[in-house]
Amino acid sequence: MDNKRIYLDHAATTPVAKEVFEAMLPYFSERYGNASSLHSFGQEAKDALEESRERIAKRMNSGAEEIIFTSGGTESNNLALKGIAARKGKGHIITSKIEHASILAPCRELVNQGFSVTYLDVDEYGLVDPGDVAGALREDTILVSIGHANNEVGTVQDIGEIGKITREKGVLLHTDACQSFTKEELDVKKQCLDLVSINAHKIHGPKGVGALYIREGVKIIPQSQGGEHEKNIRAGTENVAGIVGFAKAAEITGGKQVGYMKGLRDQLIKGVLSGVEGVRLNGHPEKRLCNNANYGFEGIEGEALLLRLDMRGVACSTGSACSSRSLMPSHVLLALGLKPEECHGSLRATLGMENTKEEIDYAIQAIKEEVSNLRGISPFWKRKQ
Amino acid sequence: MYSKEVMEHFMHPRNVGELADADAVGEVGNPVCGDIMWIYIKVKGDRLADVKFKTLGCAAAIATSSKVTELAKGMTIDEALELSNKQIVESLGGLPPVKVHCSVLAVDGLKEAIYDYLKKNGRPVSEKLVREHERINSEKCETGEHSHNGK
Ligand SMILES: Cc1ncc(COP(=O)(O)O)c(C=O)c1O
Ligand code: FES
Repeated sequence: MDNKRIYLDHAATTPVAKEVFEAMLPYFSERYGNASSLHSFGQEAKDALEESRERIAKRMNSGAEEIIFTSGGTESNNLALKGIAARKGKGHIITSKIEHASILAPCRELVNQGFSVTYLDVDEYGLVDPGDVAGALREDTILVSIGHANNEVGTVQDIGEIGKITREKGVLLHTDACQSFTKEELDVKKQCLDLVSINAHKIHGPKGVGALYIREGVKIIPQSQGGEHEKNIRAGTENVAGIVGFAKAAEITGGKQVGYMKGLRDQLIKGVLSGVEGVRLNGHPEKRLCNNANYGFEGIEGEALLLRLDMRGVACSTGSACSSRSLMPSHVLLALGLKPEECHGSLRATLGMENTKEEIDYAIQAIKEEVSNLRGISPFWKRKQ
Repeated sequence: MYSKEVMEHFMHPRNVGELADADAVGEVGNPVCGDIMWIYIKVKGDRLADVKFKTLGCAAAIATSSKVTELAKGMTIDEALELSNKQIVESLGGLPPVKVHCSVLAVDGLKEAIYDYLKKNGRPVSEKLVREHERINSEKCETGEHSHNGK
């Protein structure tokens, strides 16, 4: 297995599934029409577009007309926050300290424009307390945006509980579901969601495609102007091949795979926690994505561990300060209450449906050995007596 | 991202370990990202007979500590004090700009070890080295010391 590469970074992106790739192929050079054209070429594309919209809608129990296609999770998040803010003109937004950069950066921009933003704390496992959301609501609150599942530590929020509160108060709720889509239950009606961001490349679809669910009746100001695509909310010729791939991916992921990935995840977590000393699990022990393991190793640094593992063919990621341009540790780990030095030895392994038990065994062994090798170089690791 | 030489030193670092009979040790920490380097020296006459290191840090930190020990070993004290981080970076085939501070730490660790040695043995310390020592200590990382030990 030494020449094999094992990809354990599915929270970053996933390989396009074979079925997805095949579904997309005809839309490049056979059915290449512009979905806005009136001729048969255009209508073929239009049909594919609308059929895809229905398939995606089905995965979150929404109406097809409530789905707006975008270029990905980043655009969907920007559109949701800026689009609602522009519509309301002023007011207060509630989010959390562990959101993705594509939520936090627009929030900073909105603060510059005069909006006020509350960043809710999370507990040591990364959970937002729905009671805190209720407590932070103000007369002028226009939007609550809480990510469904966190991309670093995998904690899954009680989004339905938060939804009950916001719906009762008549405040809009947005959730970034890029990491949880097809892995966790997503039902816009049951969970009282008003806006939902999703993307394709986290679920074995292509990069550069996403969607924003906007509940019927919720008014939003477009953030790009041009043609009359996507109900005048998002101008630009639709990426038909990408959207067809997205719909296929939404259809073939989830279900039984979730249980399978959970099995591998538990193997990966237990294997490392029981085989290595001085290690902690970051994130929630149960309310956790089926594919996320996030460890903190004492006495070593994450980038070094990542590179050592990469040399052995195992691809992971880290929230260590040394690995970021800013030399700041991950804002998510800090928000969980970890000290900067505890963020130092963090390693995230996120698996996918194509990983096998043997690969996980190999990864566990590689992690054990490389942690031990790096501790042999570290001044702050003494074997326990 | 890293040069071949950096990866080579990172994967196979030279002179790793503690020197049981070290004459002095330089302990430095990085205030920016929280990394720690300890450089041990054994002096015979005027020369660094042995140099070893222990580092908690990124690949660049491990590679530059390895390189600095390799270069310093066998040098006279004066020669070793002339080693610059630029030399380390060059001999490693370059470092990404965000990683240059790791090479500064490696050179500082060596300087601190020599400073420690000269002080302990009542030998004269140049004004330049005193200034360096003061700078290094004013920048020293304070969080690492108690928390990185694997309790
Ligand atoms: C939680 C979350 N939101 C948003 C994004 C951004 O999505 P995209 O890469 O499609 O722009 C990502 C991943 O990159 C993510 O993990
Ligand atoms: S030791 Fe932190 S960046 Fe090199």
